[in-house]
Amino acid sequence: MSDSSPPGVLPADSVGVVEARRIAIEQPLKLDCGRTLPRFDLVVETYGRLNADASNAILVCHALSGDHHAAGVNSADDRKPGWWDNCIGPGKPIDTRRFFVVSLNNLGGCRGSTGPNTFNPETGRLWGPDFPLLTVRDWVRSQAMLADALGIRVWAAAIGGSLGGMQVMQWAIDLPDRIRHACVIAAAPKLSAQNIAFNEIARQAILSDPEFHGGRFYEHNVVPSRGLKLARMLGHITYLSDAAMRRRFGSELKLAAPSFNFDVEFEVESYLRHQGSAFVDRFDANTYLIMTKALDYFDPSRDYGDSLVTALRQARARFLVIAFSSDWRFSPARSREIVKSLVEADRDVSYALIESQLGHDDFLMPIPAYHDVLGRYLARVADEQVSA
Amino acid sequence: MTPPSPLVDGSLRPDLAVISEWIEPGSRILDLGCGDGTLLDHLARTRQVRGYGLEIDPDKLSACVARGVNAIQADVDDGLKDFATDSFDYVVLTQTLQALVRPDLALTEILRVGRRAIVTFPNFGHWRVRTQLLMGHMPLTKSLPDQWYDTPNIHLCTVQDFEALCTARRWTCVRRSLLDRALRQGKRITAWPNLFAEVALYMLEDDT
Repeated sequence: MSDSSPPGVLPADSVGVVEARRIAIEQPLKLDCGRTLPRFDLVVETYGRLNADASNAILVCHALSGDHHAAGVNSADDRKPGWWDNCIGPGKPIDTRRFFVVSLNNLGGCRGSTGPNTFNPETGRLWGPDFPLLTVRDWVRSQAMLADALGIRVWAAAIGGSLGGMQVMQWAIDLPDRIRHACVIAAAPKLSAQNIAFNEIARQAILSDPEFHGGRFYEHNVVPSRGLKLARMLGHITYLSDAAMRRRFGSELKLAAPSFNFDVEFEVESYLRHQGSAFVDRFDANTYLIMTKALDYFDPSRDYGDSLVTALRQARARFLVIAFSSDWRFSPARSREIVKSLVEADRDVSYALIESQLGHDDFLMPIPAYHDVLGRYLARVADEQVSA
Repeated sequence: MTPPSPLVDGSLRPDLAVISEWIEPGSRILDLGCGDGTLLDHLARTRQVRGYGLEIDPDKLSACVARGVNAIQADVDDGLKDFATDSFDYVVLTQTLQALVRPDLALTEILRVGRRAIVTFPNFGHWRVRTQLLMGHMPLTKSLPDQWYDTPNIHLCTVQDFEALCTARRWTCVRRSLLDRALRQGKRITAWPNLFAEVALYMLEDDT
């Protein structure tokens, strides 16, 4: 795909200009909530080339607010590359010279896949609050149908950070013969009460915004921007470490003296307000509710007598688990719970603890030790296919 | 201490070769301080052994990952608590015992996690060590290459000391192998182990 980029404009290790595709899945999908979607669309981007026996495909699962645009740019003059561009491309850890990479916008998302801001064929209205609440298991099922549509029987690897890593774990447990390697990054075996508490405040911010209109705000031509903004501001606090915030923003007043009002007086206030406002322009409030609920519901051990070990005994994939030292949202201790259970379940696992500064957001950063271990792991995955 | 390279002229270092002969095929092992994964890789290929390495150094961990060896980034001093009792046939600790904060507690943990422990350490009773101490200096030998001020070795012991600890704790010594500086066995070592062994290898069990 880098062939299509104008020479000299994009870096050589970029996947270049990419175009999203809409894959229509014309089959019913039964959901954990009991409802069934008769059909659905998933929007995907792909990078690299699928080999003849379709054995080099990697699934990239996105986190809470991610989408299908993981790498490259959408036009030659597009300045903002995809959310994981530093990790996906020729010569990068997810090397598109060797792998065919599939990145999708999850079901329930707001970037083109079937979700609350698309039309419900039964009513002719936008889904809004009628869109079913989803689980990570539902996503795995929908992604398996996507794999079928793309002619991919087995993923060489599934990779994801945060909520994306949870999808990877669920893949390994639910469809063990369809995934050879599982890279679970900055994730947790399930949410803690503290994690759920943060999500609940985010949801309450949205639900209590008068412009939410019970989720039918589209029909009132408004957006619950205050609620969504607050939700995102709260999220950003959990994505950064205390030390990173201190370094980046300090706690000095922007002006020489306090103004004794509620305008922006500290750098961190300005950062959070900016992040919140920017989010409102690109994200859907109903999708935010769905994504946070999917996080809260995630607990693969629930189907196995609350034993993560029993759950992971279903898996056949080899695991690479990665955590970041400064991450307190899903701390290294949570990753070690996963590793401990994998060892008890007698599964193959390696675990890397990356020394980091930023916090949870570090899983998106090109930290050399992180990219080194991920890249070397995946190089071996690619070598396996050559020798197989 | 930088452990000697696990491969000598392309073949496994003699002490690691002894260890791999001790390990029954098909067993499950945990290698503490597994380095670049040479021993685990060798055991997986030659004895169908399954297992994991514990390694704190990110570059070495990465090297394990690159060769397909399961490696978990953790410290020996606190990394063992995540493993269930009797979850391994063997727990291996090569050339690291003397660098631990509490070797006795570490051995207790090792014998909880593994049915058997395989431990190697440099013998501080070796005649070269004694000679250098007699001359008034901390010893510098092939097995103890660091200066007193920058050595990670904080709990050195002799073969006799180690065996006294095993007796006191009622750990059974299942096997023992004592090697000279070229990591080979010999008659002098058999006759005067505490004087001529440079590296000591033990397989222990806790029957209590």
